Amino acid sequence: MKLESKIPEGPLAEKWARQKFALKLVNPANKRKYDIIVVGTGLAGASAAASLAELGYNVKAFCFQDSPRRAHSIAAQGGINAAKNYQNDGDSVFRLFYDTIKGGDYRAREGNVHRLAEVSVNIIDQCVAQGVPFAREYGGTLANRSFGGAQVSRTFYARGQTGQQLLLGAYSALSRQVANGKVKLYPRTEMLDLVVQDGKARGIVTRNLITGKIESHSGHAVLLCTGGYGNVFYLSTNAMGSNVTAAWRAHKKGAAFANPCFTQIHPTCIPVSGHYQSKLTLMSESLRNDGRVWAPKAKEDAEKIQKGQMKPTDLAEADRDYFLERKYPAFGNLVPRDVASRNAKYVCDEGRGVSKTGLAVYLDFADAIKRDGQKTIEAKYGNLFEMYEKITGENPYELPMMIYPAVHYTMGGLWVDYNLMTSIPGLYALGEANFSDHGANRLGASALMQGLADGYFVIPYTVGDYLATIGPADKIPVDAPVFKEAEEKVTAQINQLISIKGERPVDELHKELGHIMWEYCGMSRNAEGLQIAKQKIQALKKEFWSNVKIMGGPEEMNQALEQASRVADFIELGELMVDDALNRDESCGGHFREEYQTPDGEALRDDANYAYVAAWEFQGENKPELLNKEVLEFENVKLTQRSYK
Amino acid sequence: MKINLKVWRQKSSNATGKLVEYQLDNVSEDMSFLEMFDVLNDSLTRKGEDPVTFDHDCREGICGMCSMYINGRAHGPQTGATTCQLHMRSFNDGDTIVVEPWRARAFPVIKDLMVDRTAFDRVIQSGGYVSVNTGSAPDANEILIPRSIADEAMDAAACIGCGACVAACKNASAMLFVSAKISQLAILPQGKAEHKERAERMVAQMDSEGFGACSFTGACSVECPKSISLDHIARLNREYLGAQLTTENVQG
Amino acid sequence: MAWVTQTLSSSLGRKVIMSLTGLFLSSFLIIHMAGNLQLFKGDGGRSFNEYTYFMTHNPLIMTVSYLLYSSILVHALMAFILTRYNQSSRPVKYAYSKPEANSDWSSRNMGILGTVLLLFILIHMRTFWYEMHFGSVPMAEYDGKEYKDLYSVVQAAFGELWYVVLYVVCMVALGYHMAHGFQSGFQTLGIRHRKYTPIIESLGKYFFAIIVPAAFASMPIYVYLQVHHFI
Repeated sequence: MKLESKIPEGPLAEKWARQKFALKLVNPANKRKYDIIVVGTGLAGASAAASLAELGYNVKAFCFQDSPRRAHSIAAQGGINAAKNYQNDGDSVFRLFYDTIKGGDYRAREGNVHRLAEVSVNIIDQCVAQGVPFAREYGGTLANRSFGGAQVSRTFYARGQTGQQLLLGAYSALSRQVANGKVKLYPRTEMLDLVVQDGKARGIVTRNLITGKIESHSGHAVLLCTGGYGNVFYLSTNAMGSNVTAAWRAHKKGAAFANPCFTQIHPTCIPVSGHYQSKLTLMSESLRNDGRVWAPKAKEDAEKIQKGQMKPTDLAEADRDYFLERKYPAFGNLVPRDVASRNAKYVCDEGRGVSKTGLAVYLDFADAIKRDGQKTIEAKYGNLFEMYEKITGENPYELPMMIYPAVHYTMGGLWVDYNLMTSIPGLYALGEANFSDHGANRLGASALMQGLADGYFVIPYTVGDYLATIGPADKIPVDAPVFKEAEEKVTAQINQLISIKGERPVDELHKELGHIMWEYCGMSRNAEGLQIAKQKIQALKKEFWSNVKIMGGPEEMNQALEQASRVADFIELGELMVDDALNRDESCGGHFREEYQTPDGEALRDDANYAYVAAWEFQGENKPELLNKEVLEFENVKLTQRSYK
Repeated sequence: MKINLKVWRQKSSNATGKLVEYQLDNVSEDMSFLEMFDVLNDSLTRKGEDPVTFDHDCREGICGMCSMYINGRAHGPQTGATTCQLHMRSFNDGDTIVVEPWRARAFPVIKDLMVDRTAFDRVIQSGGYVSVNTGSAPDANEILIPRSIADEAMDAAACIGCGACVAACKNASAMLFVSAKISQLAILPQGKAEHKERAERMVAQMDSEGFGACSFTGACSVECPKSISLDHIARLNREYLGAQLTTENVQG
Repeated sequence: MAWVTQTLSSSLGRKVIMSLTGLFLSSFLIIHMAGNLQLFKGDGGRSFNEYTYFMTHNPLIMTVSYLLYSSILVHALMAFILTRYNQSSRPVKYAYSKPEANSDWSSRNMGILGTVLLLFILIHMRTFWYEMHFGSVPMAEYDGKEYKDLYSVVQAAFGELWYVVLYVVCMVALGYHMAHGFQSGFQTLGIRHRKYTPIIESLGKYFFAIIVPAAFASMPIYVYLQVHHFI
């Protein structure tokens, strides 16, 4: 496979402008002759579907939820970055570009990231015009807050529900186009295959989740805006339905999958309370501004706390280990996400974790309350403390909070070129579903920015270039053999899943996969563990296909069947993640290989050998995937080593 | 703890349903209500029975998908919370819990506890937006919005579209949902241009979906997971009356 | 005029009709109460009878009274239509519902309260209004002028204990109806403001829900006690 990034020539700041001029246009009168399929209606999908419909294309938008408004973008809390420099504090497009490249540990493309920073300013304008109620100053101008990984205040927010408000803005634009008849919505419909003919994406095969009916949809282009694959770990901050199926099935039809092992672990989540746990809830990172992270120094004390024989408040100051402050005196509790997460894991691995499960550390506000008073702390974090109490039943003003890291975001995804086109012509990937902008680690408040940048301001330009090239006649009807074959294959797989009639519910197998991934391919990895993981995943795959138990039939609402079909893909993806992690003999961003660390225990990059995108190419069922490398070239930034001592 | 459940089971939208009793013996009080249902479904599957179908997704109180009528209340006994945010410690050992789907003509049951809420989408499609195309926006700070207005708009915009307001209302009225969107866009300068048409069209759509009228019992606001205020319903009334009396649309 | 019928047949338009007629009826309550307070004057019914004469002969008041009758009818009819409509919005009821956790009893039972009040109005009008207009009411003479002695009808009616009890019970229903209805009428018209709504709410909850019904209820009690020489 030849990977052409198609990054335009010229100075960094002019690349996007040059590209926009170079891209072919579709005549306004001809746009109505093109059909575009958009899968997923989160920030990327909804914004793309709405914007393309506004241009005049016919859009079909699909989501597995009952409404486009429920896509998991809705759960993003913190904010969205934009290089507006409204605060006059030295921000600029270049600075946002630089922070993002550096935050990603130099594993993202300069061209893409600079474009992201450029269009970030338009996103805010667009959202405000839609009626998104961003936070304001008393005078009526927009307010900003600061966020990790940046020294300027450039994050726009709507209370703790920024993702919700941005998604509802995009959803409203989408709804307007539905009313205009330019978008047809397909809620409760899941994409189960991509149809490719003559090397081009031609459409998709879907399952109507209410009736179970398998249907085909044909289009001139297909846009996958299907989010990330964090649920491969079973427990994550993702929604229960978030899945990799659309992307994975496209991958099996020829779309390269890039950097699958790059996952982000968020340090401040509410810990697991029992084996029945289905989901992890994130608590804002801002808590680390005032909370002190600690665990008992002695394993014996930790065990007493785990058994409920001792309260954390009974433990003397001298018996506590404020491990982040101890190891990183300069940054203390404010070290970046990956560092904080890893250290919590180490402490728990040593048996010093707290909570019933031993998988938690304390985030203690006692000192802050003593210093600033409970009122001040309440004003800053009141709603977070309330949320914590709702979930755990413990009052964090009296007892220290318990936290543990959780999977939050996946930087990897379908490989795309500068135009967001995957390695299959006519197939695009937007938002978290692609790999392009965050490198090995994503900065806070950048996911929303990327989803909307792709949907509002990139794809409306780039998709036209492809459409103008192929012409309106280059489309295949849904009764063509290639669609029928795909439908049959999908139906066969569903029937196969149901006919196994084994012993184990899907959830149990999914949990097992999650355990393997978390244990061996989570916060820190090593070659030996990854080898074990590979074997375990292969065994699990066999077990799944011979022993899964799904009640109900194929032609009805069947949630276990939906989950089974997703888990089947997660298992395969899991193996690829392990392969990718094994291949990358370096540590960078969210990928920490224990063999590659500085003497201080920090991530040690190997820029000479691994400054590339690992794009994996499917070779057939149960065959090792082929690694393609897209070498990353850095002309505008100097690669440096992170240090937080 | 031990929990007795009476759960509404209905094979499909046309089938007749009934409450079916289940017993769970090992419920932890730290479980969320939906995790308790996961445990139930796990045991049903192992026994070879159909698991209970219910809507859920984010499980952190923001997507608006979960929708259970628990012991006579939308989203259960806790206020200001969705079903997924409810935990078993809100119940006692040996309790019997009755779980039903949202009941409304506009929300037909799909299966078991899952209902069809696309009526809400159609209401939004009828006018719940600002007509602005991508790319045509002025600089964000050219529209000054006083903080109090932005805050009030945000209060309304916090709606998660779960439908608890409809479920809790004795008339199955959607006024709180519809008013939250109309109110948000009516007080923001961006939404002013089309505020009259918006009110007319969204109310007409709301009525045609078969939601009831507002009796101002206040149940919607109490059961709303985001505690959206009845102020917005008053504003909707004002917007609608003002629109009907002043637009030049004589066809109705 | 399509827009008029369209407006008035929408769910909000119907509520506006309920609100306008309801608030008009509320204002009538004040007038009615003020006038009837003359029963307490202790002048053998003279002021009351003179007031009755005025109310039945002043052309303006007569016009308003027809508006009043039609308001009652429209209010009741529209309530019936809305109730049917609202009930049809939930064809399958909950097996178990606990509405007392989220709303006041009166707000959920305006239909029942209203039905009680409608029956009350019919009985009330049969006893007094019908007698006044079509029955045989004895005459009284003050300063050489003939008046229908409605006061004697009042005394006869309120001399009966069951009738007094009926009145008091119905006034309790009125209290509950007004406790929700008055403020709800303003809400329907979109009149809601952080400064004024509390005033409207207090007016509804204390004046219309307690003082007015109490004043009305005190009349039959007073007359009963008076007729039976308890006072």
